[in-house]
Amino acid sequence: MIHSIIFAGFGGQGVMLMGQVLAQAGMNEDKYVTWFPSYGPEMRGGTANCTVVVSDEPVASPVVEMPTEVVAMNIPSLLKFEPKVKKDGFLFINTSVVDRKPQRKDIRIIELPANEIAENLGNVKIANMVMLGGFVQVTKCVSIDSVIEAMRYKLSGKNSDLLELNMKAIFEGAKHVGG
Amino acid sequence: MEYNVIYKMPDALSKKPFTYCPGCHHGIVHRLVAEVIDELGIREKTIIVAPVGCSVFAYEFFNLDGTVAPHGRATAVATGMKRANPDLVVFTYQGDGDLAAIGTAETIHTANRGERVTTIFINNAIYGMTGGQMAPTTLLGMKTTTSPYGRSPEREGYPVHVCEILKELKGVAFLARTKVTTPKDVLTTKKYIKKAFLAQIKNLGYGLVEVLSTCPTNWGVPPIKAMQWLEHNMVVEYPLGVFVDKVGEDK
Amino acid sequence: MKKLMMKGVEAIGEGAIRAGCRNYFGYPITPQSELTEYMARRLPEVGGSFLQAESEIAAVNMIYGASSVGKRVMTSTSSPGFSLMQEGISYIACAQLPAVFVNVVRGGPGLGDIQPSQGDYFQATKGGGHGDYRLIVLSPSTVQEATDLTMLAFDMADRYRNPVLIFADGLLGQMMEPVSFEEKEVTYDNSAWALTGAKGRSPRQVTSFNIDPYGLEKMNMELQKKYRQIEANEIRYEEYRTEDADVLIVAHGTVGRIAKSVVKMAREEGIKAGLFRPITLYPFAYEALSNYGEKTKLVLTVEMSSGQMLEDVKLSLCNKTRIEFYGRMAGVVPTPEEVFAYLKSLIGRQ
Repeated sequence: MIHSIIFAGFGGQGVMLMGQVLAQAGMNEDKYVTWFPSYGPEMRGGTANCTVVVSDEPVASPVVEMPTEVVAMNIPSLLKFEPKVKKDGFLFINTSVVDRKPQRKDIRIIELPANEIAENLGNVKIANMVMLGGFVQVTKCVSIDSVIEAMRYKLSGKNSDLLELNMKAIFEGAKHVGG
Repeated sequence: MEYNVIYKMPDALSKKPFTYCPGCHHGIVHRLVAEVIDELGIREKTIIVAPVGCSVFAYEFFNLDGTVAPHGRATAVATGMKRANPDLVVFTYQGDGDLAAIGTAETIHTANRGERVTTIFINNAIYGMTGGQMAPTTLLGMKTTTSPYGRSPEREGYPVHVCEILKELKGVAFLARTKVTTPKDVLTTKKYIKKAFLAQIKNLGYGLVEVLSTCPTNWGVPPIKAMQWLEHNMVVEYPLGVFVDKVGEDK
Repeated sequence: MKKLMMKGVEAIGEGAIRAGCRNYFGYPITPQSELTEYMARRLPEVGGSFLQAESEIAAVNMIYGASSVGKRVMTSTSSPGFSLMQEGISYIACAQLPAVFVNVVRGGPGLGDIQPSQGDYFQATKGGGHGDYRLIVLSPSTVQEATDLTMLAFDMADRYRNPVLIFADGLLGQMMEPVSFEEKEVTYDNSAWALTGAKGRSPRQVTSFNIDPYGLEKMNMELQKKYRQIEANEIRYEEYRTEDADVLIVAHGTVGRIAKSVVKMAREEGIKAGLFRPITLYPFAYEALSNYGEKTKLVLTVEMSSGQMLEDVKLSLCNKTRIEFYGRMAGVVPTPEEVFAYLKSLIGRQ
């Protein structure tokens, strides 16, 4: 099974970190993973994205034209990547920011008001982890436990409140999509 | 009957005869550097970095481990050596084209970082090895093969004053300009060279001695006239003296 | 073995440190500055020396200096910076000094852009600077391979007293993958030639200079003799599903793994495709590749350049098969889908 995922959003929405946590979680499960960022001038204020591949066999190309899943945290990401999702793939939409509907009928749409859920948890900055929680719950790409473990690794050295908050975000996101 | 040695060839010089032109000051300065190395007892840990220019062969004239740097890059090479092995004593020997034209950036940044290396800078206001072209330090009005009508400030700009630029940099621990046209000058120059080496040995910073020198061949005058020309023209443009001295006097 | 999720450039840095590199001189340039930053952070932790030079020109000469006193040393840069280093590399090659260079190649020519490219292939493999010399050039395609080849590069550099280049690109540099590090004891001894001070022996000279043409020719012949040894001993390449392949893709570095995806796509559609991935770009695997001249009906070279490695592929195959090329330039990364579509068009498939 190969998951190829594009996480996209504004710079500052934490899309790079979403991808890194997922890749780390994949590695924890002894899967083959790659994480590749878009980089360049677009990082400054524009739309940022990263591509993560999680696979049971060695990853050939880390560059993906037609991802199996796309996570769109803002409108430009939806416009750019909706057409690229593979048929029957998943499109995750952060409805707190994206106030329009996708066009495609041949893909599966998952809507999550990630910012609102994050705000209810006390910090809008963890909207990315809310989204990741929802993503993992739906795709079963890796286990929630692996994501928590990856988060723990990523935040090692930071204060424990932050880890607590991020864990809550992941669980809330998962719960929202039926976890 | 017992003899006392009162004068001999420095250990730090190789036996290879100098190949420099008659009246050129490289020979005098080479010997002074070698005497200082002997007196400081550092020959076995000293590395010479020769430049591109007339003194490209300098590393063959010293009884030291050594190398030749690309044109202008001697202090960068010296930096690499010293950073990789701080136990070594490293010096560069560079001319005016090497140090003050193509190697200006390396010179300024090596000095500014206070690299624990020493530079002997020969300023003879001309490119010697390539055959008498204009140097950054060529005097106004001076004719060279590439300033055949005489250096003019409008066309070629002004002579570069290396010591005056470097003296503002805090990494410099010893900086002086001197000449070797009289015996007294020779003794003064040796004192300066020693201090420029002590600047690195005592871990104080960068040391540089600029030696105003002749190039009878490319100036087109006999050696004695070249000395006189240096006294009457070079010294006027490039005042002698100590610009920075954090080394102090030996007790 | 414990795995770490690392960026390509960081994995190269860590590989260097584990290979005993304790000296780094470099100048920031995108897209490899994280490697410079990694070394700035890590080297002091292991008692090493990091210095940000005033330019790539100064940096390469600091490499010359550090190498000439016998220490393992590295720099990294990206294309415009690598051009600035060419003079110094020529000196290092002639003076027979070991050193490891990393070029995270970006789109060119000129200032170009900062996206992944392989457009510096000629510069890397055919000399680059002035005079008759060669670098050993290693082209990794995964983060793990980048680490392994970096560690190998230091051994090769010392063994042959020759500069070794890691030819990477921004894709590999910025990508994160799991990496594990081989635990090995580092021993190297350059005391036979290094400038350590003429203590108890006659002075040594490290030089690229010989004013006597016969003397310099002799130095050149020594270099050439060494290059023949390198060509005999060090050629490396990967073959993937080539046993029965009648269509062969030749690609190196990150394009090599993109091509691997193309091979998988082709196989799924019943096309007998295979991949030949040169790992050493110099020495190039001419002989191994030449075997495919008669076995295949098509060899497709794919590069992020206008067709530079293509010339070596043509030299290998001597027109014994049909040779085609697909390239993207200036920092555009080809996708497996577009390469596959082109491959199909070549063989008349829909």
